[in-house]
Amino acid sequence: MSHKEIIICRCEDITLQQIHDLLDQGYSTFEDLKRLLRVGMGPCQANTCGHLIQKEISKHFNKKIEEVPIHKVRPMTTGVLLKMIAEDQKDED
Amino acid sequence: MKTNILIIGAGISGVSIAYNLAKKGVKGILVIDKGYFTNGATGRCGAGVRQQWATESNCILAKMSIDFFEHANKILDYSGDLEFKQEGYLILATTKEEHEQFAKNVILQNKLGIPSRQLTKDEALKIVPHLNSGAFISATFCQTDGHLNPFTMTEAYYLAAKKLGVTFSFYEEVLEIQTKNQEITQVITNKTSYQVKTVVNAAGGYAQEVGVMAGIDIPVYSENHEILATEPIEKIQGPMVMSFSKNIYCQQVPHGAFLMGRGNPQAPKGHDIESSWQFLDEMAKTVIDIMPLIGNLRVIRQWGGSYNMSPDRQPIISDTDQLKGFYMACGFSGHGFMFAPMTGLLLSELILNEKTTLDMTSLHLKRFKDQDIKHIEKSVV
Repeated sequence: MSHKEIIICRCEDITLQQIHDLLDQGYSTFEDLKRLLRVGMGPCQANTCGHLIQKEISKHFNKKIEEVPIHKVRPMTTGVLLKMIAEDQKDED
Repeated sequence: MKTNILIIGAGISGVSIAYNLAKKGVKGILVIDKGYFTNGATGRCGAGVRQQWATESNCILAKMSIDFFEHANKILDYSGDLEFKQEGYLILATTKEEHEQFAKNVILQNKLGIPSRQLTKDEALKIVPHLNSGAFISATFCQTDGHLNPFTMTEAYYLAAKKLGVTFSFYEEVLEIQTKNQEITQVITNKTSYQVKTVVNAAGGYAQEVGVMAGIDIPVYSENHEILATEPIEKIQGPMVMSFSKNIYCQQVPHGAFLMGRGNPQAPKGHDIESSWQFLDEMAKTVIDIMPLIGNLRVIRQWGGSYNMSPDRQPIISDTDQLKGFYMACGFSGHGFMFAPMTGLLLSELILNEKTTLDMTSLHLKRFKDQDIKHIEKSVV
């Protein structure tokens, strides 16, 4: 199967080919790829692509997988409506 | 190792300075950064570019930078998408004082060629129909303000600079700047040492610390400003909506997500860039007050980044008579991204001892020696 047809990040529709293109250009970390491709910034917050990309970086640079840092984990763990955040405060007040 | 010019910081300011110098034919430029590509304030900013300022100096820097962004793809020969959209900034006045101040701002902006105008509430509602009409009294709007992708814009400068022979080194941190008789002799990093006579401090949130290494007291400090992003949806909002009094900016980026941020008046000085639940609470309340419809969107992530604050909230683009060959571009107070084209141009002119495009008095480090600072920029979130 062509790398152009393999979706690595389902939130942003990023293919394996796009990941390889940036690694070939010298970008070397998940954080670099995140900034240029938005991998890990979508609703799943890298739950799908995180380890797949870690594996690709490990193969590309011939590093052990445990030496490849994963993405920065940020809040929220799941999407929450802004109005729920605002309304729940009223209950607490 | 010998190098001609060492630039500390590969954020938007550092890459723009490097590009401008290289374009003028300077060789031996090295840019180092202690982190990865756009790991500092550039990669954390709200992606807005605006010209609606209250001080003349900020207005001019912003306008000339927008002029550059309009042609950036071509000038820098960049094939990626800068996601530049000029659908304006809509700035809400919520008090009579703000309304009156904005009237003065618009006169100043128009005088400088910035096409901003004051709008009635109804006119503002035509541009952003989901505004809560009870939350503001009037607004100002400038069509040519807008959005620009910080990552691709930085990459465009970075690749153009590399093509012109600039060298970049990431994960390299400055530890010491050695001087002798008010001249720089050597810079020591965690990787090696450089014999260099010209050093540019474009260290963003860490500009004060880099100044200290060179023995220069730069009166800036950093504070955390937080942002959140929602899930992407179909386009419903053209301009950035902003209010200084309500402490909010909120835009829908071309990708579809809404980005919104606000300052924390109690934020301690320092390098904290963590995310807080307090921000989430305040941000949710504020955005729903101004635009209730946005409450139906899901927050998917939040982050923080450093504003490098100067005493008058205007940048410091300067040399110093205390140390020959030491230059700085810092203290942007949250707006370094949108001024970057001018930062690079002006600093390259200073370094090469050319006549500067603008009068540098209001940007020079020396201005803080005056007891009272004359023009403080108040249009800051």
